[in-house]
Order: sequence, then C-alpha cells, then structure tokens
Amino acid sequence: MARHRGRGIASINYPIGMNLGGDPSQALVHSNPSGKFTVALSSIDLGQGMKSVTRQICAETLGVPVEDVYVDTADSDTGPHCMGSFASRGTHRVGNAVMAAAKEARGVMMEAAAEELEVNAADLETDGRGNIHVKGAPHRSISTKDVAIAAQFKQGKTISGRGIFLVPLSDVDPETGEMSPATCYAHACLVAEVEVDDETGEIAMVRMDSAYELGRALNPRLVEQQLVGGAWMGISHTLYETPEPYYPDPAHGPRDFVEYLMPGPGDICPHDIAVLERPAADGPFGAKGPGEMCANPVLPAVANAIFNAVGVRIDDLPITPEKVLRAIKAQGGSRPQQRR
Amino acid sequence: MAKTALQFRHNGRDVAIFVDGGTNLLVALRELIGDMTPKFGCGQGGCGACSVLIDGELHLSCLTLAESVAGRSVQTLDGIKDGPNLHPLQRAFADNFAAQCGYCTPGMLMAAKALLDRNPQPSREEVVEAISGNICRCTGYEPIINAVLAAASGRARA
Repeated sequence: MARHRGRGIASINYPIGMNLGGDPSQALVHSNPSGKFTVALSSIDLGQGMKSVTRQICAETLGVPVEDVYVDTADSDTGPHCMGSFASRGTHRVGNAVMAAAKEARGVMMEAAAEELEVNAADLETDGRGNIHVKGAPHRSISTKDVAIAAQFKQGKTISGRGIFLVPLSDVDPETGEMSPATCYAHACLVAEVEVDDETGEIAMVRMDSAYELGRALNPRLVEQQLVGGAWMGISHTLYETPEPYYPDPAHGPRDFVEYLMPGPGDICPHDIAVLERPAADGPFGAKGPGEMCANPVLPAVANAIFNAVGVRIDDLPITPEKVLRAIKAQGGSRPQQRR
Repeated sequence: MAKTALQFRHNGRDVAIFVDGGTNLLVALRELIGDMTPKFGCGQGGCGACSVLIDGELHLSCLTLAESVAGRSVQTLDGIKDGPNLHPLQRAFADNFAAQCGYCTPGMLMAAKALLDRNPQPSREEVVEAISGNICRCTGYEPIINAVLAAASGRARA
C-alpha cells in the first residue's frame, strides 16, 4: 500500500463561439453631453471581465481614455440583443460588436469635430486623452466634451453607433459533410501531476503546468484570473462534482454543500501558466478569449495522470476514490506506469 | 405571530427592529435593516457567504437566531471600511483579483478579518484554515489566499 505519483498531459483546441443559427451579438454606443460614452449591452458579465474588456475595446476604438467609457450590461430591456455569455464567445463576439458600434460613433464624433475646427474629418486624429486635433498640428484641438456639446446643442447630431457581429451560418456540404463550425480556435496544453493513494483511492493534486493560446490577451490580469480559477472548476468536474455520487438511489444524493463536493482552499496546488498570444484575424484587436478553455484540458490531463500513477483508466467522471479502488482491485493491484 | 423587539449594535450603530420568532440574523440584516452585504448562499451553513462578526467572532448569520444577538455587536462587510477608505483587506482583494462574480467575497472578507484580528501575521496554512468554511466557485482560492497574506504583510496599497 502506497502513494503513487503520476503525470498526465492533455492538449485541446477549442472553438470560439458557435454558429448554429448565426450566434450574433449587438452593441450600441452613444456619447453623453459630458463627452463620456455609454456602451449598452445585454451581454452578461459573470465575473469573467466582459465589462472591463468591452470598455477597453470601446475606448481604444473611439480613441478616448478608458475612464470616459461606461459599460451598461446585463439588461435586455435597455441593451440590444446578445446570444449570451457561453461558448467562450464574449470577448470575440461582443467585443467585435462593440468595436463596430464604437467605429460608427467615432465617425460621427470626427465629423462633428471637423465642423467645429473647420477642417476635413480625414485630417483629424484622437490623442487618447480626450482631445481631437489636426494631424501634425496638436494646437488645432478640441476636447471630446466640447465636440459632444456642439454636436448635441449646435449641430443637432447624435454621436452614436450601432454594432453587430454575426458569423454567417455555415452550410454543410451534402457530398462531404464538410462545414466550418467556427472562425477561430483557441488552444491549450496542460500537464497535471497527481498523487494517488492505492489504499484509500484518494487523489491529491500536486501541481499543474499549462500553456494557453487564446489570441491577444486584451487584459492579461483578467485572462490570468480566469485561467487560475477555471482550472479549479476543471478539477472539480474531474474529481468531485456530481449530483449522484451515492447509491442505491438518488435519495442518497447530496443535499447541501457539505455533501455536494467541491475542492476547498486546502485542496489547491501550484499552477504555472504561460499565455501565448497569436492574434486572431477576425478577433477584436486579435482577441479570442479564454472562456471554457480554462477547465477543458484539466479533465483528460488528470485522468491520464491517474493512469500514469496506478495504471487504471477511468473514463467515468468524477473520478472518485471508490472508482479508483474498484479499478485497482479489478486489475489485481496498482501498476504504476513509467514516469514521463 | 408575535414579534419581539430586538436591539443590538450594527456596524457601530444602535438598531432596533421587531422580529418574528425564529427569524435568523441573515434575514434580519438583509430584510429588516437593509444591509445587503451578507449574502444568502445556501441558508444551511454550508457556504460561508453570510459570514458576519458577532462581538468580533466569526459566525454564519443564516444559522444564528436574530434574537440571540440582543445587546451584542454585529459587524458586516458594510462596516469594515474607514469612511471612504477601503479596509486593507478589501484593497488587497482588489489588487490580487481575489473576486470574480463577487458573491462569496463579503463572507471571505469577514472570515479573513476574523483571522487577522486575532492573528495579524498568519501562515499560508492558517489562511487556508480560516477560509475553509467559505466556498468560492470562480477564483480557485489561490488569489484569495494571496490577498489575505498581502493584507497581513501590509503589501496592499493603503
């Protein structure tokens, strides 16, 4: 009876969004008389950072400080339609919609500024600090606030923009069955190291090392927090969570968080993450987004690590101590595989 | 049902409410006093989202009878700021990305405060132990542990 260490690896590629029916998202951007901008979305930020990232995308596209943009999310009464926060689509789909809306709003803002400065709009540029000036002549300048006031009260213009991002539905080739379910894919590779006790069947995470390729990381700290936390959701699916861990019938199922198992702060292990950035051609500023990828490679990597540790293949989740013990018994004892 | 008059200190302020027999402290705080910082997670004492300090000691408000805090001092997340200044733990949580959806955060902060109040320089294991009654679904705990350690060492921005 012993504790065995094992290491497993898994690589995945993961589609961004889905195109069954198109999968569109919309955004509206408008300027307030103060020269600040509001982005109206019905997309939902669950803590993954949609609000921060769409704010950055809008500010960057408009050419204004990020402080000058407010993102109003999660209300389908006040925001235009969004398919939702799922399929790892937020940054890519909603980000592209915001970018399109901000681009249109920027066009109106530059036209309004051109009228005030009595120049051609094509000769103007933003300085990213809340001013618009003639290219090469920073003193010929007007603030976005003054442009907003002039547009609203003098010119009678609304500085606003509409945006939608729609990946057209891909037809299936009747001859080959070929279709294009996504326009871009993110990738990940994760190495998990576990320790399996062949007497109790318990599995302890020792460490994780991973690399994620998810287009450009528009907000690196948000990407990191999502990867760190999401990996533990993956561990939770792999080793703990199920509504039916007990038998003989569902009446013995979990009734509360004491019985419905999840990893706690004492179960975590070091996780070293490398983020690789390969900008996506159709992503907003090259972004794809992490999303569900955070959890996906963890499950096969841990299953492989358990095989490496004690030689049992368990393909039924979660991999509970009971399943490990039964499998070890069935093969007549643990059989540690060669360490890779 | 007859209501009982109940007085206690809530974040340094005397409050007086009428509660039904059997009302728990979480309901009293949220529905009768209007302090929404303690969260209703499971209502069974299993998640820690409703954690508050009673006379400085960590309690699950969903499992505490409101009447049992008569004459005592209850502190919630709403009461840990110093005027407009965030508590060092709140600052450390923000700096360390220790919140995502934020639902567990009030309970985590109160559990962490209870720890630092009695043990200002905890080890990593002591932090883990202190927050082990609080469930977090988003962060994987690591950023929360780091935030508490940062607050303890004064590394958080004041």
